[in-house]
Amino acid sequence: MFEWIVSILLLIGGAFVLVGSIGLVKMPDFFMRLHGPTKATTLGMACLLTASMVFFSNTQADLSMKEILISLFLLLTAPISGYMMIKSAIHHKVESIERTQGKDNIEDDV
Amino acid sequence: MRTDSPSKWLPSPFLSFLLFVVWLLLNNSLSAGHIILAVVLAIIIPIAISPFRTNQPIVAKPGLAFRHLMLVLYDIITANVQVAILILGPTRKLTPGFVKVPLDLTHSTPITILASTVSLTPGTVSAEVYPWEESLEESEEPEQRYLLIHVLNLEDEQALINTIKQRYEAPLMEIFQC
Repeated sequence: MFEWIVSILLLIGGAFVLVGSIGLVKMPDFFMRLHGPTKATTLGMACLLTASMVFFSNTQADLSMKEILISLFLLLTAPISGYMMIKSAIHHKVESIERTQGKDNIEDDV
Repeated sequence: MRTDSPSKWLPSPFLSFLLFVVWLLLNNSLSAGHIILAVVLAIIIPIAISPFRTNQPIVAKPGLAFRHLMLVLYDIITANVQVAILILGPTRKLTPGFVKVPLDLTHSTPITILASTVSLTPGTVSAEVYPWEESLEESEEPEQRYLLIHVLNLEDEQALINTIKQRYEAPLMEIFQC
């Protein structure tokens, strides 16, 4: 029974991570590419980690709790790394595609 | 807004608690030896690093904070599905944009939390907080802060700003009582 749960979770997780990577290739400019990895992969990783938790809790005697920590650290670091990348992109004045609205909202840095 | 109490032995109780739990989780055990080691670390580390820390605002309403966390987790799941659909759909139809959201929050900790939630929720990544910290004089308070966000598919700018302010900023203001 639990093999089914593990397989389904692995499939869903893999699909979301794949979609995130497709977004990385498909999007036309840097800022839009950033959306895939910061979001679509979070749920994918959550599914993969839950699968790992279910698997190891069933095959080994003790409960496996490390995955909770991994997902916590992922949730903490994903927005921050995204923020650092977009900040440096703005600093280097990376071109965004033409139909981007509100470009004048970006202020020059000091 | 209240900040951490500068008690001598437990400068930041929440940090100590977090260290205790993380140590036990990292070792994946509840044996007596690890519990003692966790207690020792949870007391020593906060004391050792307390000179480097600036006072952080404390969570005034833990119940509300928990409810907000659940809401954000739910939003992260829907965000994943929405962004997956946007990515797989036709790229030509996407209308990206930069939006400036005026902030009512003033302290940096709640602003950081807000920026992170914005990055994790539907179609938005936070990019910058204006005005630049470097352009301000020492301890000068700017009149109005803005959060610059990049939106993957911008449809209605005002509606988006209202959603962020009501759904994420208002609970944060209540949680930190500022």
